[in-house]
Amino acid sequence: MEIPFNHRQSAHCETGVLANLLGHYGLTISESMVFGIGSGLFFGYFPFIRINRLPLTAFRVRTGGIMKRAVKRLGVSLAWEKFRSPEKAMAVLDQKLVDAVPVGCRTGAYWLSYFPRRYRFHFNMHNLVVFGKQNGSYLISDPVFPEPVRCPHDDLMKARFARGPMQPKGRMYYVTHVPLQPNLSGAVRQGIKEVCRTMLKAPGPFLGVKGIRYLAKNVETWPQKMEAREAALRLGQVIRMQEEIGTGGGGFRFIYAAFLQEAAGLLNDDHLQRLSDRMTEVGDLWREFALIGSRICKQRADETETYTALAAILRQCADTETRLYQDLLARMDQE
Amino acid sequence: MRERDVPQDEGLNQGLPEITYAVDENGRYVGVPSLGWEPKNIANAQAWEVISEDINTQARLGRDGKRSPLAYHLARHLMTVGLVASYVRLPRWRVKRHLKPSVFNRLKPEIMQRYADLFGLTLAEFKQIPAAEVNLLDQE
Repeated sequence: MEIPFNHRQSAHCETGVLANLLGHYGLTISESMVFGIGSGLFFGYFPFIRINRLPLTAFRVRTGGIMKRAVKRLGVSLAWEKFRSPEKAMAVLDQKLVDAVPVGCRTGAYWLSYFPRRYRFHFNMHNLVVFGKQNGSYLISDPVFPEPVRCPHDDLMKARFARGPMQPKGRMYYVTHVPLQPNLSGAVRQGIKEVCRTMLKAPGPFLGVKGIRYLAKNVETWPQKMEAREAALRLGQVIRMQEEIGTGGGGFRFIYAAFLQEAAGLLNDDHLQRLSDRMTEVGDLWREFALIGSRICKQRADETETYTALAAILRQCADTETRLYQDLLARMDQE
Repeated sequence: MRERDVPQDEGLNQGLPEITYAVDENGRYVGVPSLGWEPKNIANAQAWEVISEDINTQARLGRDGKRSPLAYHLARHLMTVGLVASYVRLPRWRVKRHLKPSVFNRLKPEIMQRYADLFGLTLAEFKQIPAAEVNLLDQE
């Protein structure tokens, strides 16, 4: 069986899945809009949390957070289910497909055989939509892929019951209610305000613009504190978090700029367009950081391209973003 | 980033385009398919280099009889003792002991099978360590 489902490729899995699911129920919404309304933009540097022995850097809010907030602000209802038994989880999924309900699943990317090998890490919060089943394989709209893909039954079952941190436990969700006229402008405002507040005012040194400065301070000391190889690995990890994990480029800054542009049209506010342009410039700065950083990793950097230079770019990112969020917040409070 | 500047550096993506957000000639944001970007390829390759080294180290230790084949498969699947333990439903300390060849060789077939199933291998395949150096990325 196959449910007619409009697959649109997206930069990011969580936002793409929600945008595609809502589209199926007649609420046409872009991925960047979902990202903005769900307050996806973020920064955090957590040297004490290790991923593959390297410090964690995050450019988006914790997984699941975007969907939760976007759904609430749009007035959409999702039904969630989780399971103990893998067989039951698959049977319930099959029944939903028979009922012509496309189903979102949380999966561990490591077991999804259609992923290129280089992307297969033990990451347990990959979202996808199952919209059909043919000859024992599931038809999957995986938003980071250009076309729908197929996944054998056993692989999907393994992926839905991946273990380790943030186990999906077979979690699946489907839309039960979509409002005819959602309050988009209200949702946009709420989304923007939350991002500004987190980025400017989150407590402690690890989050928001303070977190960017904290990373800058750390980056600067890496070459003195550790061997060149270890420093390069840490730097590589930051670049991967910024560019590799479906961010749409520049650590989600470009996708957020796209959202601000759309918001400018929606709220009929030209000033937001200028703020979108400034966000694009911040994204370009982050790309610059990744470019120079990667040259250092590959030992192809020239004399001016050092960890100190990287720290300077990061501080510039922090300064520019600080002013940007202040102006954005002022704009939101004004009306 | 402008649309015409969206990089198309092949590598990591193996020809699969992904969406990058960029500004078109009229200043409007569009999702542009990108085949990849060199800094990203470099950072990803660096991570795999570390993994490949670990796999080859474990394989060598296995061939020398210092570590069991389980240690090799663990590295090959990017797993830690804790993660494997939770998959095969054994306490960590037992999985850790199974990394010793002497303990591994006396394992019950039932336990051995649990490991083999996790890695999608037959029992015979699971007990083997490849003779030559492997590069995971060459086997695609």
